[in-house]
Amino acid sequence: MKESAPTRDAYGQELVALGKENPNIVVLEADISKSTKTCYFASKFPERFFNVGVAEQNEAVIAAGLASCGLIPFMSTYAVFGSMRCAEQIRTFICYTNLNVKIAVSHGGLTPGSDGVTHQGTEDIGVLRSFPNLTIIMPTDFNMAKAAVKEAAAHIGPVYLRFTRDAVPIIYKEDMDFKIGKAIKLRDGKDITIVTLGDMAWYCLNAADILEKDGISVEVIDMPTVKPIDEEVVVLSARKTKAVVTVEDHQIIGGLGSAVSEVLSENYPVLVKRIGLRNTFARSGEYEMLLKKYGLDTDNIVSACREILKKK
Amino acid sequence: MKTMTDITYLKNIAKQLRIDALTMIHTAKSGHPGGSLSAADIIAVLYFHFLNIDPKNPRWENRDRFIMSKGHACPIWYAALAEKGYFDKSHLSTLRKIDSILQGHPDMNKTPGIDMTTGSLGNGLGAAVGMALAARVLNKKYFTYVLIGCGELNEGVIWESAMSAAKFKLDNLIVLLDYNKLQLDGTNDEVMPTEPVVDKWASFNWHTQRINGHDIAQIIDSINTAKKVKDKPSIIIADTIKGKGVSFMENVCDWHGKAPGDAQYADAIAQIQNN
Repeated sequence: MKESAPTRDAYGQELVALGKENPNIVVLEADISKSTKTCYFASKFPERFFNVGVAEQNEAVIAAGLASCGLIPFMSTYAVFGSMRCAEQIRTFICYTNLNVKIAVSHGGLTPGSDGVTHQGTEDIGVLRSFPNLTIIMPTDFNMAKAAVKEAAAHIGPVYLRFTRDAVPIIYKEDMDFKIGKAIKLRDGKDITIVTLGDMAWYCLNAADILEKDGISVEVIDMPTVKPIDEEVVVLSARKTKAVVTVEDHQIIGGLGSAVSEVLSENYPVLVKRIGLRNTFARSGEYEMLLKKYGLDTDNIVSACREILKKK
Repeated sequence: MKTMTDITYLKNIAKQLRIDALTMIHTAKSGHPGGSLSAADIIAVLYFHFLNIDPKNPRWENRDRFIMSKGHACPIWYAALAEKGYFDKSHLSTLRKIDSILQGHPDMNKTPGIDMTTGSLGNGLGAAVGMALAARVLNKKYFTYVLIGCGELNEGVIWESAMSAAKFKLDNLIVLLDYNKLQLDGTNDEVMPTEPVVDKWASFNWHTQRINGHDIAQIIDSINTAKKVKDKPSIIIADTIKGKGVSFMENVCDWHGKAPGDAQYADAIAQIQNN
């Protein structure tokens, strides 16, 4: 296994760096600062840290009020709560108003594995993607997470940042170049395209290695910004390979797979196979074992690629 | 300091705002007359006696903030903003129309003078907590005022916000409750009882006052008192009458969200003018 780290740790560390640079950064927390890692910011800048308790709806509207006065609030909780408990507050008071609020959540996808379904954020992107003005990002690894937090702070407007609870493989260098809305091509190929979100990139690269041995050339596109999605890169790659597989730790409805399918249907229809939770809730268990059980592992990505190639 | 002249002036302003709000709703053929009329005197006192604002510079950073959390009562607010000079009065006849700067519910990005979008009930108080906290972070002296409705007290988030305002000791936050005791489907008691409302807020560690929300002098005195409170947020529970000033609308639940017809409108305006 490669070196790995939870992306939530990167968030906590980068927040402190931002707090030093910019006095307008303020942080809201819903009683899980030790887990979301906003505790680092809290200890450095107590006068700019507001713990509102287990009350995400209030957290979101307070963030809107702070942003309306020119501050840059980061509001943290878990993905499942930060997207759904306060969905309407985000829609009306952050997105409709287009205020400069950053919703930064840990425990995205199945990473809070052993906590079970109540704490797994597996529908968040689907819920939020329909909100106008909102940018949605899931960084791939620790180093990208740091860069993405910095970019999100510099971006004017609402951003949703999704981090992992568990340690995930590091595949990018420390000084990696992250730009909101830009995909990163991890591997060139000509037979099939894999579009991946978050830490799934590691499994996709492994799958590409296996397929390569059989003479199948796989293009791997990392798509950390789910919205606005990098349409150009998706369409260009589909024109070349004419077969696309999407991989995400999220329901296949509403997330990356849906976003890629929408782009291709409108521009260049090709076969698309979506890998993710297939209209089911998961269960408690170790993260890696959950990925395997629900088909998010290297073996299943390989099978999906072989399957779609047969239909091409 | 208030004199009889001030009170007469503010009464006349409130009268004009009521006329403008009803005219807007009648022209639009939709809107919320009941809650606009119950809030008229409070809005008149805030906008023409207290708020430190500059209509020529609506986003002036040191301005007092005002949020109408019960956003459906916006006709009375739009009337006040126009009277104050934020925009020309000719806009009032465009309420709720496509391309209007005056949306069906308040929009901070379309209407000059509006500090926060509202209309989804229960959320204005939390936004006000954010503004009051921002004053602390940015070392500003402004006050944040919020008008809430009694129907909004049904929303859970309002109590989350109430707890947080007390936790953060926001003595720069003043809430006015337009307590007309009616909501869309019926009385508070029928839909969701609110009493004992003063005790509820007191138990959430707020400074409480209870006044007659149509008595200009009481509104002025209570806000002056609230501004002097230290280390606590303040709520002024203002007993009001839904539809106040128009006999056939007063305390009638059906006038929550319905426009008057031509004859009713003429009668209503005459009643307000002759009051």
